[in-house]
Amino acid sequence: MLDLLSYGATGWGDEMVQGAGMTLLVAVLAYLIGLGAGCLTAAAKLSGPLPLRWLAATYTTVVRGVPALLVIWLLFYGGSGLIGWMALLFGYGGRVELSAFAVGVASVGLVSGAYAAEVIRGAVHAVPKGQLEAARALGMHRLLILRRILAPQALRYALPGLGNVWQMTLKDTTLVSVVSLAELMRQAYVASGSTRQPFFFYLAAALIYLVITTLSETGFRALSRRADRGVRRAAA
Amino acid sequence: MDMILSSLPSLVSGAWLTVQLVVLSLALGLVLSVGVALARLSANILFRGPASVFIFLLRSTPLLVQIFLIFYGAGQFVAVRESFLWPVLREPYWCAIIALTLNNAAYTGEILRGGIQSVPFGQIEAARALGMRRLLMFRRIMLPQAFRQILPAYGNEMIQMVQATSLASTITLMELTGAARAIASRSFQPVEMFVIAGLFYLAMNFAIAQAVRWGEKRLAHGG
Repeated sequence: MLDLLSYGATGWGDEMVQGAGMTLLVAVLAYLIGLGAGCLTAAAKLSGPLPLRWLAATYTTVVRGVPALLVIWLLFYGGSGLIGWMALLFGYGGRVELSAFAVGVASVGLVSGAYAAEVIRGAVHAVPKGQLEAARALGMHRLLILRRILAPQALRYALPGLGNVWQMTLKDTTLVSVVSLAELMRQAYVASGSTRQPFFFYLAAALIYLVITTLSETGFRALSRRADRGVRRAAA
Repeated sequence: MDMILSSLPSLVSGAWLTVQLVVLSLALGLVLSVGVALARLSANILFRGPASVFIFLLRSTPLLVQIFLIFYGAGQFVAVRESFLWPVLREPYWCAIIALTLNNAAYTGEILRGGIQSVPFGQIEAARALGMRRLLMFRRIMLPQAFRQILPAYGNEMIQMVQATSLASTITLMELTGAARAIASRSFQPVEMFVIAGLFYLAMNFAIAQAVRWGEKRLAHGG
C-alpha cells in the first residue's frame, strides 16, 4: 500500500510533496497579502477619511460574508476582465490571462485580508489610550508613535487572532484546487483518480494538513510566548 | 438583464438547497456537539480521550478533505458498498450533510465546552443542595446558562456554516455557489451571477445576525 507514495514514475510521493509545497507557497503568499491588506484596511477603518472608511467596511463585511469559494470563482471568471480593463487605463490593449496560481493567491489573500483587518483593528483598540496620550505628550510624531508605541503593543494582542487567520488561510487554499492549481488537494484528486484509491490519498493529504496546522500552531504559540515576555500575570 | 432574470429560478433553487444544508447540518451538529462537549468535560478518560481526538482531527484538517474522504473515500471499500449505509453514503447530499455535521459538531463542541465551564460553580452547588439529579441539573441549570454565554460565538459559527455549505458544490451538489458557477460557465455574464449569489449569502447572514440579536435580548438576565 505504501509503495503508492514512493518517488518516481510509479509512485505518487513526489507529486504529493510537490503539492504540499504548492499549498504552502499559496498559503504564505496569500497570508502576506492578507496581512498587508489587513493593515491598510484596519488603518482606513480606524482613522481614514469617510469614503475610505466606508470602502473598508464594505470590503470586510462583504468578503467575510460570502464563501471563499465564491470569491475564487469570481476572480477566476471576472479577474482577467478586471485586469484587462485596468491595463487599458494604462494604455495596454492586449488580452490579459490570469493563471490559476494568480487567481488562487489573489482570492485567498483577499479573504485573508478581510479577517486580518478585523483582528488588527481589535488589537489596536486594545492598546491603552494613555500610552498614545503619553507618546503625544512627549512630542512624538505619528509615525514614531506607530513604530515605537502602537505597533509593538498591538502586535502582541493581535498574535492569537493572526494565528487563527493563518489556519483559515491554509485551509482555504484547498479550495483553489477547483481551478486545477496543482496544490495538495488537486494532487490527491489526480492520484485517487488514476489509482482508484481515494481513501488512501485523501487520508494522506489530511495527515499532511494536520502536520502543517499542528506545527504552525506550535509556532504561533511560541511567538505569543515571546511577545508576552515581560508582561506580568496575576497567576504565573 | 434577460440573462439575469432567466437565471434567477436556478439561483433560487440553489439558495433553497443551501438553506437545507445549513439547517440540517446545524441542527444535527448542535445535538452531536452537546455529546462532544460533555464527553470532553468528562472525568472519565474513555469519554474524554475520544472526544479530544475527534475535536483535534476535525479542527486541524480542511473541510474539503473531510468531504472528499467521506464522499470518494468511503465508496472505495467493498464492505461499505455492501453495507446498509451505502444508500446514504452514495448520495452527495447526505455525504455533504455528514461532513458538515461532524465538522460543525467539533467546532460547536469546543464553544459549548467553554460555555459550560463558564457557569459559576455556586449554581451547581445550589442545584446539588436542592437534591437535583445530574441530568436534571444539566438540563435546567447548566445548558441554559451555557447557551446564553455562547450565543455570540455560536452566531459566528452559524455564519461560517452558511459559507461552508458552498463546498458541497465540489461533490456535484447544485447549491447556491454551484448553481452560480454552472450558469456562469455558459453565459457571457459570469460576474453578475456571482454577485447575485453573494447577495443571497449576505441576506442569509443578515437573517442569522438578526436572529442571534433577538435571541440575546430574550436570554438576557431576567428576560
